[in-house]
Amino acid sequence: MKLIVMVMTMMMISEGSMIDQTCKQTPDFKLCVSLLNSDPRGSSADTSGLALILIDKIKVLATKTLTEINGLYKKRPELKQALDQCSRRYKTILNADVPEAIEAISKGVPKFGEDGVMDAGVEASACEEGFQGKSPLTSLTKSMQNISSVTRAVVRMLL
Amino acid sequence: MASSDALLPISAREEEPSCPYTKLPDGSRSDPETHPRRRRPYKGLLAVSFGLLLIAFYVALIATQDGSRSNEAANAIDETEKTTSSSRARLAGVSEKSNDGLWKLSGGRNTPAFEWNNSMLSWQRTAFHFQPEENWMNDPNGPLFYKGWYHFFYQYNPNAAVWGDIVWGHAVSRDLIHWVHLPLAMVADQWYDSNGVWTGSATILPDGSIVMLYTGSTDKAVQVQNLAYPEDLNDPLLLKWVKFPGNPVLVPPPGILPKDFRDPTTAWKTPEGKWRITIGSKINKTGISLVYDTTDFKTYEKLDTLLHGVPNTGMWECVDFYPVSKTARKGLDTSVNGPDVKHIVKASMDDTRFDHYAVGTYFESNGTWIPDDPTIDVGMSSSLRYDYGKFYASKTFYDQNKGRRILWSWIGESDSEAADVQKGWSSLQGIPRTVALDTKTGKNLVQSPVEEIKSLRLSSKKFDLELSPGSVVPVDVGTATQLDIEAEFEIKKESLDKFFGDASVVAEAEEFSCEKNGAGSTVRNALGPFGFSVLATESLSEQTPVYFYIAKGKDSKLKTFFCTDTSRSSVANDVIKPIYGSVVPVLKGEKLTMRILVDHSIVEAFGQGGRTCITSRVYPTTAIYGAAKLFLFNNALDATVTASFKVWQMNSAFIHPYSEEAVRALTRT
Repeated sequence: MKLIVMVMTMMMISEGSMIDQTCKQTPDFKLCVSLLNSDPRGSSADTSGLALILIDKIKVLATKTLTEINGLYKKRPELKQALDQCSRRYKTILNADVPEAIEAISKGVPKFGEDGVMDAGVEASACEEGFQGKSPLTSLTKSMQNISSVTRAVVRMLL
Repeated sequence: MASSDALLPISAREEEPSCPYTKLPDGSRSDPETHPRRRRPYKGLLAVSFGLLLIAFYVALIATQDGSRSNEAANAIDETEKTTSSSRARLAGVSEKSNDGLWKLSGGRNTPAFEWNNSMLSWQRTAFHFQPEENWMNDPNGPLFYKGWYHFFYQYNPNAAVWGDIVWGHAVSRDLIHWVHLPLAMVADQWYDSNGVWTGSATILPDGSIVMLYTGSTDKAVQVQNLAYPEDLNDPLLLKWVKFPGNPVLVPPPGILPKDFRDPTTAWKTPEGKWRITIGSKINKTGISLVYDTTDFKTYEKLDTLLHGVPNTGMWECVDFYPVSKTARKGLDTSVNGPDVKHIVKASMDDTRFDHYAVGTYFESNGTWIPDDPTIDVGMSSSLRYDYGKFYASKTFYDQNKGRRILWSWIGESDSEAADVQKGWSSLQGIPRTVALDTKTGKNLVQSPVEEIKSLRLSSKKFDLELSPGSVVPVDVGTATQLDIEAEFEIKKESLDKFFGDASVVAEAEEFSCEKNGAGSTVRNALGPFGFSVLATESLSEQTPVYFYIAKGKDSKLKTFFCTDTSRSSVANDVIKPIYGSVVPVLKGEKLTMRILVDHSIVEAFGQGGRTCITSRVYPTTAIYGAAKLFLFNNALDATVTASFKVWQMNSAFIHPYSEEAVRALTRT
């Protein structure tokens, strides 16, 4: 029985290290590991699967940010112009970048997935710039930039 | 309809790409290197369930060790202290889209917030480059000449301005410049291409009929090769295509992953009288080109040997293979071989988005090829590229109409996808170029926009100017958004002599590159840089310089570089603005020449007769419409440069949507 436990422990250590191995090759190991571990599919996914989990996180974050943007119209009406731009950009992430990335990775042409994922970071940054230093979305922007950067690294492993 | 399962090799059959989280059994090959994608062998129900319990325990352990982070990350992702400029695997230097460049956006607190408006966006559409009326395009497919018409097919997304849902678009032209869009040639209506009708090539048979081989992404996302042919060879427009009922004709062979098998080439004849094709792939990180022989395009024998392969180059996409004449600047049919012939192997590198080629020798007895210079083999960072700018997935065809080889290329966007969605389209094709071996150097190709583009030339102005050091001269040509420029430059002899004699001029040629240190065209050196600045505002707040930079080599020889600097092409902070370029061979006695095509958001530059070519995408916000100007400059510290050039206004190509009237209009010219 002890032998089985030992074998199982060793098996499971190398099981956990799939996420570790992958995340070590990204710019933010901790973020990568926490994102992947927070998803039940993470422990049994291959690299494509991990990339798809991360893209899902991008989708979730973009949705959350859009909700935040919608709420800001009433609270900060003076920011309307910048909010309009941001709304457009985050909608692009949801309607263009994410579907493109999912299709590309599922079909084995990851470079288009890389485009979509990187663009998510571009859109977030461009939205942030629109506030000229007075952004109410900075924390969300940085999250998107970081997740985008981590996801891109994982997608590049598929090339 | 045949089941997809029956045809696939074991390793492919067990993959479930539509359920990406399913464990994959260990593949059909042993893999010495630890590869994150490899899965361990299946152990046994008891072992697995026990293992899963312990895995859950272990994951909980990691989670708690990580402290509060993991919970936060799942629900409310907070900012981390980590900056985006930390090192990243395989990203540094390999892609123009570097994170640093994007996220340290220009401007900040003091520049006005930038917004794209419809006027700026609609200006970006080109006047004489091929592009569909709307939506996304990528790779050129199956170009050919048939019954008086040039045919062009392309990867197209009918539903969006980003990649996806790919089908084959189609257009025809009499002259490779004036196009009429036709209905889609092929859509994703079979199980063997339901996930994508991807890139392919045409072969014209001796009897004049046409076969098209293309990659399909099957309903299980496996990459296979399919055969199609025109429904009616009497229809010169080749409107309708039929897919061979026995498709797919090729599936990934043993040892090749189901998603590493795409983009079949035009076929060429073997000494035995069979047809031979090559298909790009990879094994681990070695890019390779597989070879197949066929007599009927329906059944194939795979050769044991590869056409070629190069370690560490990654997946080879859009492989192209063709003969070039050593003695004449003409095209050759793909099957031609002989003592006066060299062969080109080209591949698009998935890892870097660069198209690389090499000149070499083809051994038809065993279908292998070796490069003349193995130090610049296909895909190596030092190997030659058709174009040093934004340029990918290129493909040639032999134009039997005029005896030339023509090169098509996909020119993607360098802007944000939000802008693409807003403007409703994405991507262009480069102007088709003739391609041939440079008979003077014997080591590289030369490219030139097809002659027919000259039919777009309207009025012109000729100039002969002497540019003193540090000068910037406006060139009055009226509107400057659609131009064809041919120029010749000469450095005054006294300046050259002084340069050579001056020991204080440091030899920097070995370390220099156009994109080095971001100084681009603003740097001032002994002999330049000098050239044109296109799409420039009066105040030069936005401008795109295309120029020569001459550096001194250690052996006192001169090394000339040809560059395009897009870093100041736009004040927009959500577009990519690289500095592109490369060394350009200049032979003794030659003047420095350049040709530039300006067409709204695309600039195509040709150095030294097309020895070095650079395609750029630019998105000015104010240097548009009537505000776009042309300048000439000489940044040299004390060398004088003479410039002799001609500038033509270019007409639109009036690329029309499909109608019989539009087709008739082309036939009349």
